[in-house]
Amino acid sequence: MKKVLSLSATITLSLLLMIGCSSTPTTEGGAEVSEQSTGAGSEMGAEGSEASTSAASQGEEWYGDPLENPNSLLATRVIYFDYDQSVVRSDYLEVIQAHADYLAANPQAVVRLEGHADERGTREYNLGLGENRANSVRSLMMAQGVADNQMVVVSYGEERPSAFDNTDEAMALNRRVELVY
Amino acid sequence: MKKIVLMLLVFLACHSAVKAELTIEITEGVEGALPIAVVPFGTPGRGQPAVDLSEVINADLQRSGRFKTIPRADMLSRPTSDREVEFKDWRALGVENLVVGQVESTGAGTYQVQFQLLDVYRGQQLTGYSIPTTASNLRNTAHRIADIIYESLLGIPGAFSTRVAYITSTRLADGKSRIGLNVADADGHNPETIVTSSEPLMSPAWSPDGMKIAYVSFEGGQSAVYVQGVYTGKRQKVTSFKGINGAPAWSPDGRKLALTLSKGGNPDIYIYDMRNRKLQQITNHYSIDTEPAWSPDGKSLVFTSDRGGRPQIYRVSAFGGKAQRVTFENRYNARASFSPDGELLTFVTQDEGNYRIAVQDLKTGVMQVLSQGRLDESPSFAPNGSMIIYGAKAGRRGVLAAVSTDGRVRQRLALQEGDVREPDWSPFKK
Repeated sequence: MKKVLSLSATITLSLLLMIGCSSTPTTEGGAEVSEQSTGAGSEMGAEGSEASTSAASQGEEWYGDPLENPNSLLATRVIYFDYDQSVVRSDYLEVIQAHADYLAANPQAVVRLEGHADERGTREYNLGLGENRANSVRSLMMAQGVADNQMVVVSYGEERPSAFDNTDEAMALNRRVELVY
Repeated sequence: MKKIVLMLLVFLACHSAVKAELTIEITEGVEGALPIAVVPFGTPGRGQPAVDLSEVINADLQRSGRFKTIPRADMLSRPTSDREVEFKDWRALGVENLVVGQVESTGAGTYQVQFQLLDVYRGQQLTGYSIPTTASNLRNTAHRIADIIYESLLGIPGAFSTRVAYITSTRLADGKSRIGLNVADADGHNPETIVTSSEPLMSPAWSPDGMKIAYVSFEGGQSAVYVQGVYTGKRQKVTSFKGINGAPAWSPDGRKLALTLSKGGNPDIYIYDMRNRKLQQITNHYSIDTEPAWSPDGKSLVFTSDRGGRPQIYRVSAFGGKAQRVTFENRYNARASFSPDGELLTFVTQDEGNYRIAVQDLKTGVMQVLSQGRLDESPSFAPNGSMIIYGAKAGRRGVLAAVSTDGRVRQRLALQEGDVREPDWSPFKK
């Protein structure tokens, strides 16, 4: 898949394309695992993704840096992936759209897309898998007008887990891309 | 096959300052192991050596799984040379071979070590050496003696004088991790940390001369491949391209590194020439190609690729060209490397939901699963081909384990704290 899209007009369309042609299945293991749905905004234990929950109460207008607004979609900085997949799930499209809009509006801003895998499978192969995930996010953002030089892709594979248990839940938390501004 | 379950408290003599040492537990040994007695060495003269050589030799032989050693308490006498041996006493104990010797102080911190390997049934010496050594080299001398005994009785060189490189990870109170690249003797003694970082370190690989280690470091927030002198500490950044810089593997002549780079948009295999710093691309495929390893003749590489949909092992000429798939059993096969004689591959296979270490005969294509863990990885052959060391999980902790190439002998090596992973067994000392 990797370089699937460059075309697409609307983000929804491009995403449907990506999901539709779901590409070479990437694997980080074979043991069948129940799908975890750690939905948008569930930032449990993810490093570098402290969504502060103190400031403004809901409905109030935010005057500061949009990245600091805890009620914005930009506060979601971790995108989780299904087992065996490096395709972005549809429930993250809005989040990616929000980040893409922010980056397009702030051409000087740069984001690091840090790809991660769970502990199953070999370490160097998982580096490749983490990179595929980060590149999926990157492709979507580029389709939304984010410049290439505003994104840095780094894969950590399974080397920087955010959850340390060997449960299915912990592994689901480790299959992720972190957006680091 | 019976379980021996023998805790070798290798470090009992060690001082209170407990360094991060590896303890070795033999979990399974071979039926029909050779019964051997290593009699405590005599220590004539002044200057008692700080190392009990016979204990080190005994532990080495025991650990290999090929020998059944006789406890000291069962010994009726403690001869220190063949002239003092009553062979019939040892025959009565069922001992087939006997090791006797002496460590004599020859000055300040210097010793002369003599030993004899005796055939109990024929009442004859099989081999014997006199070796000068120093206080700081006593353990090495003991390993050399174990190597000589192993080779005289089994016909293949021992690998007790070798070392192992591995990665350790300790989680600190502040939530950060301290990652270390370490080397230790093959019996877990003399661990030394040669790199520490708060960022991941990966994929240590010994150079064929045993003098350098290539590895991956994420210091600076990006992966890069480094080569570092094990004894000099000097290091050199080899590649730090955009994207993945990973999986370094030395060519058998030590002049080139095969590695994985994703600078072209996805991970492919490249060969980096250490002399002219030229890079040659070996694979060019939109899938993940990674984990290259050289055949002992240097003519070909094996690597992991998911070009067929799932990771499998492929083989390609060291000049590039068309890759041939090598593994067909199981859905996931990755991180292969060759046995020293080039006849076997070891790799990680997915076996009924578990990740385990397998070997495959390259001539017959027959694959055998050797390990029994849930998440076994990073297999590495001993330089004599007798054992494969690998990373495993004990609960949540990373531990090192080893299994003989025929699957009959098993050992576990555990650090006292933290995770241990990614072992790479050194070549023979040159």
